[in-house]
Amino acid sequence: MSVKERVISGGIAGYRWLEHRLGLIQPLTQAAEHPTPSNSASWWYVFGSAATVLLILQVVTGILLALVYSPSANEAWASLQVLNHNIPLGWYLRAIHGWGSDFMVAIVLIHMMQVFLFGAFKFPRELTWIIGVGLLVLTLGMAFTGQVMRFDQDAYWGLGIGASIASRVPLVGAPLVHLILGGPILGAPTLSRFFALHVFVIPGILIGAVGLHVWLVLFHGVSDWPMPGRLVRKSTYELQYHELTEKTGLPFVPDAAWKDAMFAAAVILAVLACAFFFGPFGPTGQPDPTIIQTAPKPDFAFLWIYAVLAFLPPEIETPVMLVVPVLAIAAMLLLPLFAGEGERHWARRPVAVLMLTVIAVSLGIFTHLGTYTPWSPIMSAWTSDPVPPKYLRGRGPLEHQGALVLQDKQCRDCHSLDGAGGLRGPALDDIASRMTEDQIVRQVLQGGGNMPAYGNALNPSETKALVSFLTTLRGDNLAPAVDASRTLTRNP
Amino acid sequence: MSILLKHPGESSNDDLPPEGKAAAHSRRTFLFQLSLALNGAVGIVLAIPLIGYLLGPAMKKSSTVGAWLKLGSVDDFPVGETRLTDFQSPVASLGDGETAKVACWVRHISPRQFQVFAINCAHLGCPVRWFAQSKLFLCPCHGGAYYEDGARASGPPERGLFEYKYKIAGGSLMIHAGDMPTLATEASCDKKRLIQIDGAETAS
Repeated sequence: MSVKERVISGGIAGYRWLEHRLGLIQPLTQAAEHPTPSNSASWWYVFGSAATVLLILQVVTGILLALVYSPSANEAWASLQVLNHNIPLGWYLRAIHGWGSDFMVAIVLIHMMQVFLFGAFKFPRELTWIIGVGLLVLTLGMAFTGQVMRFDQDAYWGLGIGASIASRVPLVGAPLVHLILGGPILGAPTLSRFFALHVFVIPGILIGAVGLHVWLVLFHGVSDWPMPGRLVRKSTYELQYHELTEKTGLPFVPDAAWKDAMFAAAVILAVLACAFFFGPFGPTGQPDPTIIQTAPKPDFAFLWIYAVLAFLPPEIETPVMLVVPVLAIAAMLLLPLFAGEGERHWARRPVAVLMLTVIAVSLGIFTHLGTYTPWSPIMSAWTSDPVPPKYLRGRGPLEHQGALVLQDKQCRDCHSLDGAGGLRGPALDDIASRMTEDQIVRQVLQGGGNMPAYGNALNPSETKALVSFLTTLRGDNLAPAVDASRTLTRNP
Repeated sequence: MSILLKHPGESSNDDLPPEGKAAAHSRRTFLFQLSLALNGAVGIVLAIPLIGYLLGPAMKKSSTVGAWLKLGSVDDFPVGETRLTDFQSPVASLGDGETAKVACWVRHISPRQFQVFAINCAHLGCPVRWFAQSKLFLCPCHGGAYYEDGARASGPPERGLFEYKYKIAGGSLMIHAGDMPTLATEASCDKKRLIQIDGAETAS
């Protein structure tokens, strides 16, 4: 026997020894080679596996970060500084974990949109979708608790926002707040319990649920490419699917899996590149609640919620906050039970396409608003953005005095002039072409329409000066606003 | 499953007569059900301490949490001004570090009249900032605004700023602090009373 033959027969003997004791290699190989309809070996079907690969990346980088991270309220922030600056490649591991998280949320959402558009949640894959909804919630749970792990100012006040939302639950608000915080205030027990959630509880459930999700994909087979007019019927679908795989079936590995593998590699490479070029997220300032010069903001995945919370009217805010998420998740869970049969192709499901478009566009718009928070006052605008000289040209002393009042009373924090200043209130560049002097006086002194009343903060001479300055602001020399009733009463 | 393992019907009591098999089977079934019941009971006994431990923090009545503490000398706060100050939370726990510190706004209205506002916006708890010139508290998160007396001015908050109870004792400004203020947890409890020493005054 040659050396080569010996090695081969040794290898085979070794395999037999192992498989006789393990019993897993054969069934796993069979599962990997299970036939899948040739039309589903598509680039559209690669997102689920990419999300799983990202999960593995997150687990590995998460464990590596846990080697250094200190999950203690008085050390967590400092241990991130150590990771960023003192541990070789610590910054890069943090960056990969952070970017991996953003990519995972994005890929999970794309995967969900694709499954929804392709009608792949229909019979017999209803439970696969329902577990998938759970996986989305768990992924978002990981993103939120992960943001808490950064234990910086954003994390501290973000937890405060979470507790404040919980405090709005009727009857059990206070116990719920204490349960979340782990005590009466936000501190060491809070970080510890979010650490336990982020590192033990949610990943444990997540990995188990992913296993179940993948098992269901194997059990029912990868869904075939939807065709207009080919309806899903509970009585016939499985037979048709079986025939399709008999006729056109390809072994999943390698005939379809090469696309999954290519895409997963591209996604991981993109994460590594983003991590390398853009670096880790934060930490921002230390979690010292006495440092109040901060504008807390959640991570990317939650910016849309942050934006929605700015726009809800106070009267309906609590019910919307507490009821809408429950309804939204319930609707997603129940979707396959109510739409488990019928047309799968998007061209024949206009309501589904419209719904997805509206939801996606809304989330996009709210996220975009969340990136620049137009509802937040710019706290430094009154000292950093002077009144543009062009608005002072040709004005008299009283108007100049008014411009000073405008600066001094922090009007610029919410109102912009020449594009500089807050966006909470309307820009004042052409205010006099929209409001008469009387209206401006009333608005300044009494407020209203989301503006505080300044009656107590302005004395009469300041009011007079401010209003006389504002009445000169007419944009590109537009006509001043006039009170129609006045001309009528004067010239009957 | 290994091919060598026998199915129940072919196992060791193969040589028993059918009645014997049935009797043995029903005995084992009964014992299995008994074991299920036993494990259920053990599970409940186990669950009580586990759930009790988990819900421990939620069980404390928020109205009993907290203590009176000295915020500073009355003279530290000029009359007519609203100033930022901070204190160490009386309910801090091991390892809180900087998070045990609490900031608050002290408004000194007249020599013996104060208002002490929580830093947390009544909307979602972000830290509000005082602007003396426009006499407003502004929140950086969603733009909530409050007047100098803490009343809601505009924006998403549905109420005014949270206030701590205060007392003046021996020239010191004392406040009662406990829970992190939210809509459900008060800034200070109303059950505990300060032990009256050298003619302390009470204000709401």
